[in-house]
Parts: sequence; C-alpha cells; structure tokens
Amino acid sequence: MEILEITKKQSKTEPKTVISVSGSVAVLEALLAEGVETIFGYPGGAIMPIYDALYDYHDRLRHILVRHEQGAIHAAQGFARTSGNAGVVFATSGPGATNLVTGLADAMIDSTPVVCITGQVFAHLLGTDAFQETDVINITTPVTKWNYQVTDATEIPAVLAKAFYIAKSGRPGPVVIDITKNAQLQKFDYSGYEKCEHIRSYRPKPIVRKEYVEEAAKLINAAERPFVLFGQGVILGRAEKEFKKFIEKAGIPSAWTILGMSAIPTDHPLAVGMLGMHGNYGPNVLTNECDVLIAVGMRFDDRVTGRLDKYAKQAKVIHLDIDPSEIDKNVKTTVPVWGDCKETLPMLTELVEQKVYPQWLQRFRDFRQKEEEKVIYDELNPTGDVLTMGEVIKELNELTKGNAIIVTDVGQHQMVACRYAKFNQTKSNITSGGLGTMGYALPAAIGAAYGDPTRATIAIIGDGGFQMTLQELGTIMQFKPDIKIIILNNQFLGMVRQWQQLFHEKRYSFVDITSPDFVQVAKGFGIPGKSISKREELKKSLKEMMDNDGSYLLEVMVGKENNVFPMVPQGRGVAEIVLCREEV
Amino acid sequence: MNKQEYTITIYTENQVGLLNRIAIIFSRRKINIESLNTSPSEVDSVHRFTIVINETEDVVRKLCRQVEKQVEVLKAYYNTEEEIVWQELALYKVSTDAIAEKVKVERLLREFGARAVVIRKDYTVFETTGHREETDRLIKALEPYGLIEFVRSARVAIIKDSRGFHERLKEFEYQEPGEEAIENEYLSENEKVFSM
Repeated sequence: MEILEITKKQSKTEPKTVISVSGSVAVLEALLAEGVETIFGYPGGAIMPIYDALYDYHDRLRHILVRHEQGAIHAAQGFARTSGNAGVVFATSGPGATNLVTGLADAMIDSTPVVCITGQVFAHLLGTDAFQETDVINITTPVTKWNYQVTDATEIPAVLAKAFYIAKSGRPGPVVIDITKNAQLQKFDYSGYEKCEHIRSYRPKPIVRKEYVEEAAKLINAAERPFVLFGQGVILGRAEKEFKKFIEKAGIPSAWTILGMSAIPTDHPLAVGMLGMHGNYGPNVLTNECDVLIAVGMRFDDRVTGRLDKYAKQAKVIHLDIDPSEIDKNVKTTVPVWGDCKETLPMLTELVEQKVYPQWLQRFRDFRQKEEEKVIYDELNPTGDVLTMGEVIKELNELTKGNAIIVTDVGQHQMVACRYAKFNQTKSNITSGGLGTMGYALPAAIGAAYGDPTRATIAIIGDGGFQMTLQELGTIMQFKPDIKIIILNNQFLGMVRQWQQLFHEKRYSFVDITSPDFVQVAKGFGIPGKSISKREELKKSLKEMMDNDGSYLLEVMVGKENNVFPMVPQGRGVAEIVLCREEV
Repeated sequence: MNKQEYTITIYTENQVGLLNRIAIIFSRRKINIESLNTSPSEVDSVHRFTIVINETEDVVRKLCRQVEKQVEVLKAYYNTEEEIVWQELALYKVSTDAIAEKVKVERLLREFGARAVVIRKDYTVFETTGHREETDRLIKALEPYGLIEFVRSARVAIIKDSRGFHERLKEFEYQEPGEEAIENEYLSENEKVFSM
C-alpha cells in the first residue's frame, strides 16, 4: 500500500521518458543508481532472468561468483565493513536463499548493511511446494531489518530504493528482497529510479535531545574517574574524528569492544585496550571502579559485561546510541543520549571541560603492566619450542605497520588477533562479533578486499573455521582478489577445548580435529602456500607471504593446548577476570 | 517487579508479514500472547494491533521498543488495565430445548446483558460483551444446560487519555526525526538523578 504511494509520488515529479523494461533490468538499474559496483552471488533457476539481464551489464556491474551462497553474504558483509557501503548479494530461491540465513543473522547482530536479492518461484506457484520453493520471507524475518516479496515488476524501483535506504540508514542491517520469477520477466513502463529518503513509519535516527547532552556533559565534568567504552557505532556513524576529539578534549581513557576496534589507532595515548571476556585486564577491572561510564555506539553484549548484577554498579552510565531499543536493554542508563553519535559527540565535546586524569590513566597502565608480566610478554616472546599465536600477530604487526585490513574467524585465533593486532586506520578489524560465525573469515576477506582494494587484506583463520568455508578458495582462484591467508593451526577446536579444559575437567569431547594438507589444498586452487612450525621461519615466511604477488596461504603450526588469557569466566563479573589457569 | 496484565497498542502500516514480525518479538523471548486483535484504526491506512500479555513493566517497555524498531511500525503504547477501556465479545451456543425448558431465558438475558443472536429449533446463540469475568460468569450459568460451543474474541481496547493518532501521523509524515524519544523514565526522575 505504502509502496504504491511512493510510486505515485515518484511519477508526480518531473515528467520522465517512460520506457518498457523487464523487472530484471529495473533491478540492475536500481543497483547502478545506488552506486553499486560489486555483487556477490550464485545463479539458479528462479533468478535466471536477473542473471540474463546481468549479461548485458557486465561492463558496469562486477559479479563475483562465489562457491556457496553463505560465501556470498559473508563477502558482502566484508565488503560493507571495509567500504562503508551496502554489500549486495544475488541468490536463487530455495536452497540458495536458505544458505544466506547464517550470514543474515550475522549481519543483523553486527549491524552490517547488506541487500540480498533472492529469486523466487512464479507468483502463481507460491505455496504449492514448487521446485526450489521456500518461504524465504518468513524464514528470514527474524534475521532481517526488513524484507519484502515482490510479485509485480512495477514495485521494483520503489522497493529497491526502500531496501537500500533501510539497510544503510540509522542502525544498519540486512534486507532481503524476494522477487518472483514472473516479476523478473514482466515488462513494465519504467520512468527511472528515485532514491528513497523517507518512510513515514521508520525513524532511522531518534531526535537529539539537548537536555540529555547537557546532563551528560555535567556528569562528565564532575567525574573523577570517567571511562569511555566505544563500539562499532563510531565506525558505522563515520564519527571516528568526532570521537577522537571528544576523548582528547575530555581526556578520558577509552576501551573498545571487538567491533569498535580500529575506530581510533590502537596506540592512541588514551586507548586502554579491549573489553570483554578475553579483553584486557585494566578495562575489565576498572569498569567496576570508574564513577562515570560513557558508552558510545555499543550494546553491552554479555561477552562484554559478564554478570550484569556485578557490572559497573557504582557508576553513573551515559549511553550514546542511535537505536533507542538499546537504551536500558542490558545496563540501566543514567543519561541516555539518543541519536547519531556523529551529531551527539560534537555537541558533547563542546560542553565538556578540557581535562586530564593522570592518576586514573596511570591505574590502567599499572594493570597493563601486570597483564604484560603475567600474560602478554610470554605470549609475544615465547621461549618454548612451539610457536604461539601471539608471536605470529606480533611479527605481522611489524610488516603491516597497522595499515592492513585484518579479517578474523571465530575462536582462539580471533581473540589473540584482536588482542595483539595494531591498527592505524578505521574499518580495519573485520570479524564476526555478535554471532560468532565460524567460516566467516575467508569469504569476508574476499569482500573486504573488494571493499577497500587500496590496502592489504589478511585473513587469520583457525584450522576448524577454515574447513567450514574453504570452498571459497575457488572464488579467489577465479577472480584473483589479493588475500593473504594465515591459518593458525593448533590441531584442535581450540576455544571449545580451552573451555573443556577449564570447566569440564579436561574431558575433550570432539574437539580433536584433523585437517587436510592445507598447502596442498591451496595448491589445488592455484594459490601458493607454505606450512611452518619453527620460530626461525616465521619472520621470513610472513614477509614472503606479504611480498607475494597475489593471494598466499601460510599455515602456522602453533601450540596445541595454549589458552587465551586473561579471561572473564562465564557467570562472573568483569572484575573477576583471571590472568592464568591457576586463577580460574 | 511483578507481572501484570498489559495491553499493548501498536499503530502500523497495513503490510503483509507484519503480524509475523511483531509476533516473533514475543515468541523469541518465550512470552505468551494472551490475546491479539488486528483492526483498522481511526486513521485511514493505519492499522492497529491490540496485544495482551502478562509481564513486568520492564519487559513490556523493552518489548515495545523492539516493536517500534520495526520499519513498518509507527508507534507502540503499553497500558495497564486501569488506563484503558476494554471489551471482549463472547458467543455461546446452547440447545434451545434445554434452555426453553429449564432456564428463565428472560432473566438470564437481563442478568448478563446477553442478547440472543440466533434462535433456531435446535440451538440458540447468545452474545455478550464485557470483561473476562463477565463473559466467564455466563459460561458458568449455561454450563449446567449443556454448552455446545463457546468462543471469545480478542480484547479490543481504547486508551483513556489518548487523543487519537491523526496528529501523530502528521508528525510522522515529516522527514525530521520524531518526538517519540521523549518517553523515558529518566525524564520523570530528572531532578533526582542530577542533584549533584
């Protein structure tokens, strides 16, 4: 109903030349009008008309043929995360669409703008259990910001305009547009594409309330031990500069969530490290000692807060978020600053006093020192026979100088990479944060490389996660994005093994995973590679990998039963973080 | 915080699939919907959901925010029973013979404010509207005479201090962000929180 209204409005403006086009052509025109250059997809029966139309658009739209639809959507996610634009996916009906579900859930929980166009059976076959028919709209409803089924081609321009607007605006998220085959084929009078800028029932940004900002500033100015936590909202809101100005003027120590990482350089003097279960010691402990907690674009995930009834109870909480439903969701807020942080941060910066907190900052440094002594030093400078994941990241930092895009999978290697990687540029740390999707890294790295081709893309993956989506090596072979793959192989499903060791009396239940010869596998896909297990080979091999012209796979055999510390054991408060096994 | 009955009123666009989008917000959290009604509203093209659940206010507030977050939802309100005027409609089918022989139909109708909708040789259908207890009472009264069939509608409710949705809708038609962000309990505690 509403869509028809929009169409009406569109036709009212400026008389346009009307041409007859198919629904498929209208889809591709919409993508061009939205500035899309790259599509990740996989053809199939119900989306053939769109692929047929694509044949004539190959000079304007680059289509990356993935090896599995899950690869397509993770690639689109990686693309969105490094480019800041919406990732676009094509998939067919039935299995094509259901294979997108994991990626949709991942994009939903990590607020990644993705527009998925799925083919669907002819409208007259809907509900008849036709070949490759699934109820895509209902399957994807819980994991999409918005979805819509098109059965009539005339709706396509307005629906796609809405799709891009919804995916990218406000708190971004995935959108699925399911187009029946008849609508793809149907010719209709097309009068051009108009971008959507307003939907009456949709508020991408809540109104900024000055009094909240003022109260927040008052709290901050009166604080003795303020502490900033920042999340991906800073990056999604393109507010990195505004954020940096804010913390620099207010002089507040700042810690990042895993997805907020790289919004400011990791070695910024006020950057005190990562929050969360495997975050840094100081930020976790001092969360429970600060007097004012300022959360910027983050959502108090349980991996960040630990036990909620032991989380920052002493602190007044200021929460800046674009999504009103995040306020008070997990942590009770004293002052909610609703709005886009790109707008609210400068307002706040203006009102806060220029300050420094040398003693308070020193406390973070003291904790850092303790963590350095008990954990970090040995992880980065081991003397034992086996390599550690940490030293690989350390050597990698030497080569990237903090300028590379690092894409990680899920598990121990992810935690280690995020703990030790250095970043100078925003949009550099690409990982599956909320959903924890193993198999994310390889396809996401493909997308990340297309999203920002100016930088090196390094995928760091565990031996388990790599085997979940290694078919995407085929995509790399065919389209030749430059991706350096590091497999940190501990011959275990390491994170689960760590938990089994610590909390299940070392009953190692199905975490012992065997792997193929990864170098041979890569070779089969035409990707050169090497496997190492000795310290003296590490530096040289990493350099060889980085210097290689094109993609490269480096497998590093690391300690089998190394654990990631510090750790906030599940069910404990953030201040109960432990530094070693004995403390668990 | 104690659980109590809340009536949630949701103004939405009239869109296929929206019922599901709203329903899963409840089912995802394993919250049972006691009653659900969809209907047109006073505003042309705007749809109205009335949902009744038993929950704490804290949970209901969060649920409403999740509902409002949906692209096609204009606004969600929640109210306790005191803040609304509500009715449910119930139909009762009983054997006409049993009724005619054993009950003083006239008294029954008067006492319960019921109406006979259909009277046939074999059965009679009564109708009442009212609160749950009222419609329940008539079940009790009819049970001894063999209640053949009973059905009760979802709750429909009018918010006592609502001034309708016409004005709000105009505001939604504008491109600027709306005022709805104002509803936060922090506002009412403004003085207390910032006494420092």
